[in-house]
Formats: sequence, structure tokens, C-alpha cells
Amino acid sequence: MNKQKDSIDKADIAASLQAQFNEFILAIYSKGERRIYIDIAPQTVIRATRLMLNEYGARFQIATGVDTSDGFEVMYHWAMDESDCVVTFRVVLPHEAAQVESIALICPAAEWIEREMWELLGIEFKGHPDMRHLLLADEWPEGKFPMRRDYEATP
Amino acid sequence: MSNAINALTRSLNVFHLAGSACNNCDIEILDALTPKYDLERFGITLVGSIRHADVLLMSGIFNRKAAIRAQELIAQAPKPYLVIAIGGCPATGLMWRDSYNWERPPGDFVKIDAFVPGCPPKPEAMISAVVKVIEGLRSGELVPGCLHTSDTVAGDPALETAGGS
Amino acid sequence: MTKRTIVPIGPYHALQEEPEFFKLHVEGEKVVHLDIELGYNHRGIEKLSESKTFEETVFLVERICGICSTSHPLACVQAAEDAGDIPVPERALFIRSMVGELERIHSHLLWLGLAGHFLGFNTIWMWAWRFREDVLNILELITGNRNHYGMMKPGGVRRDIKHTDLPAIASLSEGLKDPIKMFRDAVVQDPLIHARTKGVGILTREMAIAYGALGPTARASNYAIDVRRDHPHAAYDKVDWDVVTCENGDVFDKAVVRILEMFESIRIIEQCIEQLKKIGGPVDSDPKFVAAGEGIGHYEAPRGEVFHYIRSDGSNRPIRHKVRAPSFMNVPTNRETVIGATVADATIILAAVDPCYCCTERMAVAVDSSSGERMLDARDLIRLSCEKTDRLVADSGLQGPSLPIER
Ligand code: SF4
Repeated sequence: MNKQKDSIDKADIAASLQAQFNEFILAIYSKGERRIYIDIAPQTVIRATRLMLNEYGARFQIATGVDTSDGFEVMYHWAMDESDCVVTFRVVLPHEAAQVESIALICPAAEWIEREMWELLGIEFKGHPDMRHLLLADEWPEGKFPMRRDYEATP
Repeated sequence: MSNAINALTRSLNVFHLAGSACNNCDIEILDALTPKYDLERFGITLVGSIRHADVLLMSGIFNRKAAIRAQELIAQAPKPYLVIAIGGCPATGLMWRDSYNWERPPGDFVKIDAFVPGCPPKPEAMISAVVKVIEGLRSGELVPGCLHTSDTVAGDPALETAGGS
Repeated sequence: MTKRTIVPIGPYHALQEEPEFFKLHVEGEKVVHLDIELGYNHRGIEKLSESKTFEETVFLVERICGICSTSHPLACVQAAEDAGDIPVPERALFIRSMVGELERIHSHLLWLGLAGHFLGFNTIWMWAWRFREDVLNILELITGNRNHYGMMKPGGVRRDIKHTDLPAIASLSEGLKDPIKMFRDAVVQDPLIHARTKGVGILTREMAIAYGALGPTARASNYAIDVRRDHPHAAYDKVDWDVVTCENGDVFDKAVVRILEMFESIRIIEQCIEQLKKIGGPVDSDPKFVAAGEGIGHYEAPRGEVFHYIRSDGSNRPIRHKVRAPSFMNVPTNRETVIGATVADATIILAAVDPCYCCTERMAVAVDSSSGERMLDARDLIRLSCEKTDRLVADSGLQGPSLPIER
């Protein structure tokens, strides 16, 4: 099948990422050969996005927001189609200051998902070009975020 | 039987009002109209505007956003009309009842004349529902829900004249 | 300055299966701006999933979308298997691929029919949906239901395919070839369809990449991504098939990609049948729990990659379950394709990505009375589209596609 030639071998991706991005990586682990999870600091999100887009030509799959006891986790999933690998960058934001830089300007594919995470989890994306409700009704009560752990449905 | 109700037992104009469905019910509705089941041979056709509708087919749950629109839309339907709820969603809410975006069952804002349970119901089930509804109208057992006021049947003056003689 | 008209499409539009709301801003004949409003279909599935066991989530995600009722469960169980390192018996892999490909054929036929309808070729609609029934028959034979198959489970599939059923399945899928050939000839060679769809709604390769377009929408723009090939799963690396791509990214190419993909699907199904004759054994590894961890599963649904992320804490329920459907990435590309087009073409362009709102949002009447803008009714749009076809018929003397098949 017609795979591109210049693909990086699965086994080398973690090493290559570490070499490129070492100073910003807080933790890195691979789950099997095909999944790599990397923890980074929130300030380096833009840098990581540029790296994945420009250096690796990766495809932005989606971002996932999770409400955990340590804070909000935002995970950016990148597919490396040539190498059969999914790289996930993870940032943890404190509950009190759930803010992170928006990547929608450099990666238009992320525009809708940031809107979704904002309305469902209440994570603020600084610099997002068009922040408004995506899925919920416009009359949705302000300050209520259904995907949060402490969300209680109002009668 | 008034003329207007009599008209409901003939070629029906169907309007398809999909709520927040998984759209399988919607596809099965269209299936019932396409060649294998071919409801069109009985003159049952899908219409593009609710103002031309005799029957509203409701499918899916109606979430907070959709419920408002659906009510606005139903208000435009010409009376008398029939409402048939297709699938388990509008009947019981299935697994969506616990969702934060669940508003209320459509039965709360419109009187539903027939339920076709199933997830999704087969086109055969929908055809059988239509047959039963028509039989009910003919025998007088079924009075379209849109004509009920509280629990008595309204003598809607417009109705008696609608359709002429 | 030309007056700006807003053409609302939806949320309850006669010919959309689902509620969705586009606002086309139109000047004269040209579309100048597109507003997409979602939310009529949002049911909060991700949150609901956290209250279900891993076995139950499968039934939940099945009901994300009626057309993708194999794709979502398959991606979901793969995520759970990835999280808990659950093995899957080989026979189950082939059954998964087979059901997945049957679903692809029925979905593409469904789209083809609707697209034909939008262009005013109702014959295509009726024929496509008629042959779709044949696919549903096979699925009913295998799974017991026309839709919502309930086949997938973590660790395998729920039902085996009987050996005695295989010949029937083989002959039924053989019988699909002629109709699909007929559609290919009717669509690919018909000058009237060329006139309506070639060069219409072009999505360039750069834009496809920037928006992260997926599936046939991306492949029509020569962006050759296919999760089945790039991230092999189920049995796709054990059978022989090709990724179909086209060059131009217009509506015509999107149709061609879908039609040619159906042939590949039949190829895969045939090989799966052969393999199923040889490979015996169980179809389910019957895991008792999903070990703590996180997992990603993806599968190439008819419309593109579906993506599921599952995190397990070792209990029998996911603590986070993220779902990303292909239309979530594909629908925003409409902003590129529809702007600058004429109103008559807008319907088919919007339909060309095969938007599926149920998936996108698992997750009209817009009256602008202040400026006295002229309102076009939603129905007018399809009428405009059909009228354009009629004009072309009158001008060119062409008859439109003929479907020469006797059954
Ligand atoms: S009843 Fe079932 S098939 Fe019908 S819309 Fe609801 S979930 Fe979908």
C-alpha cells in the first residue's frame, strides 16, 4: 500500500519528540507502540501545536477535556498517519484558573472543539476568534457546565 | 364524521419532524416511502412544509433547543392533524432521560395520537400504525389529539365547514 | 450595494433527516457568508456514558447515529481494548470488518440517493434506496436487525456468523455489484451531472488539511488519509484493498470517491467471507473488566474517522469517554466551499460532505425584520436547485442519467 517514504518509525517517534521538545516535557510514556502520552506545561501548548503541525505534519484529531480531582486536563490528540501512531499532549489546568491559550488561530480544526470544551467544561481559551455556544442553547444558564463533576441538574 | 376528519383517512400528507434523534427512525421513515415498502402507492407523501401536513411524524427526543422550535412549528400545522410518535425516543426517552440536555417528553407539549415503539421500528410497524389510525378514525374511536380541549372534544366551528360538502 | 438576503436552512427542513440550521447570507445570487448553528441534536452522550458499564456504553454510542451504528461502537470497544489491553480473537476481527463494510455501502447508497434528490434526479434516489434494502437484508441476516446491530463488545463480537449463512451472504453481496456499476455509469458518464457538480464547491487540499477534513471529503481533495490503512485495526491489514482518492475536491469527486469505495468494500467483504470459512474459534475473549488506564480507538466510518477516548479507573464504568465524529471536522469545511457559490448550488454543496448532525452533536425561520430583507423559504432552495437542473436540460437537450436495469 502506498505509504509515504519519509515516515518515522513508530519506535523512534518518542525519542524524536524528546529530542525536539525535551525542555518542555514534564513526563512522557508510551502505551504500546502506537500511543504516546506527553505531559507539558500549559504555557507551551502553542509551541507544541506548531511543532506537531510544522515538523511532523501531524493531523489534529481532537482535544478532550476532563475534570479530575487535580484540575482540568486538556488533551490534544495528534494522529501521525504515516507512522501509525497517536501522540497526545496533556496539560493540567488548576480548577481556580482554568485558562489556556487557544490554538484555533494556528490550527482551524480546533475551533469548534474549543468552543465545545468552553461550554461543557468552562475552560477558557484565550484568544479564540469566535467564542460562543456551539451545542447548548443560548439560554443555557451561565456558569453551569454540564461536564463538570460538581454539575447538578437544576429542576 | 366531519369532512375534515374524513380527509384524514385518505391520501395523507406527512411531515417529518425529527427531534434530537439518532436519525435511524428518520431513515426508516424514508425507507417506508421508497420502493421496497412504497407507501406512496397509497398516496402517502412527504411534504416540505408543515402547513401542508395531515400527519406529523415525530422522532427522537426533543432537547432543550429542539423542543422550543418544535412547539413553534407545531403551532403552524393546520387542524386537524394527527401526531404519530415514531420510535422509543419520543415515547419513553430511552437512555436519554438522564441527560442534562433532556427537556421533557414531547407528549407534554403536543397530544400524540399513536406511538410506534421500537428502536427503530421497522417500516412494517409504521405501516401498520397508519392502518390502525385510519381504522380508528373511521370507526370514531380515535379523535385527533389536536381537537381535544382538556378532556372533552371541541366542536371547532372551523372544522365543520372545512372541506365543504 | 446589493441587498443581503439570509436564507435559513432548517432547523426543520423537509429534506434533511435531522434538525440542523444553516444561515446562508446571500447577495444577489452569490453566497457571501455561512453561519452554522448546532445544538438541535445534542443529547449529552459523553456524560451519559460515564454512568454506563463498558458493555452498556456500546449500546449508547450505537445510538449516536443510526447510519454509523457500527462505526461508533467499533471505535468505542477498540478504545476500551486499548485501555485495558484486551485481546480480540481473530475471527471476531473479520466479522467486525465485514459488518463495517456493509454499513459503508448502505451509508454511501443513502447519500447517493439524497444527493440525486437534491439535484432533482429522483430516480437515483429511489433506485439507490431500493438497493440499499439489499444491504440491509444482509445485515439483518448477520445481526438480526436492519439497523442498530448490537454486534460489538469489548473483546470481540456478540454474535458469530454461521457457516451455513456464508454462501447466502456471498451471493447477496455479489448481487450488489451490478447495481453499483449501474450507479457508477449513470453518475460518472452523465453530462448533466457533470454540468451540475463539476467545479462546484471545491475544497482544496490545503484547506482540507487545515480543517482536518476526513473521509471521502478529504480523499476527494487528494488528501489520502484512511484510518483503515494508516492505523490498521480489525482485519483491514489482513485483506487487500485500495484507498480511493480524487484530484479536484468538487462535489463530483466526492460522489465518485464514494461510489468507487463501495467496490472496495465489496472486495473486503468477499475476502472476509473467504477467511471466515477458514478461521474458526471463539469470537469473544470475554473480558471481565477493563484495567485502569486510558485508550484511544478510531475507525474509518463512512464519513471519516470516528475517534473515541476512554479512561478507565479499573471499575466497570469509564470515567471519561470522549467521542469525536467525522462530521465535527467536515462540516466547518462548508465555510470554504459554499462561499462564492450560487444559491442554486448551495444545497448540493452542503450535502456533499454528507453531514451527520446526530454524530456531530452527540455531543428556520430567521426573520430579519429590521432591514426588511427579503426572505427565501427553506423549500425554495431545493426548488432552485431543481430548476437549475431543468434549465440545463432545456438548454442542452440532455436527459439526465438513465438507469438501465431490469430486476
Ligand atoms: S427510537 Fe432508537 S432508533 Fe429511533 S431515534 Fe431513538 S434511539 Fe434512534
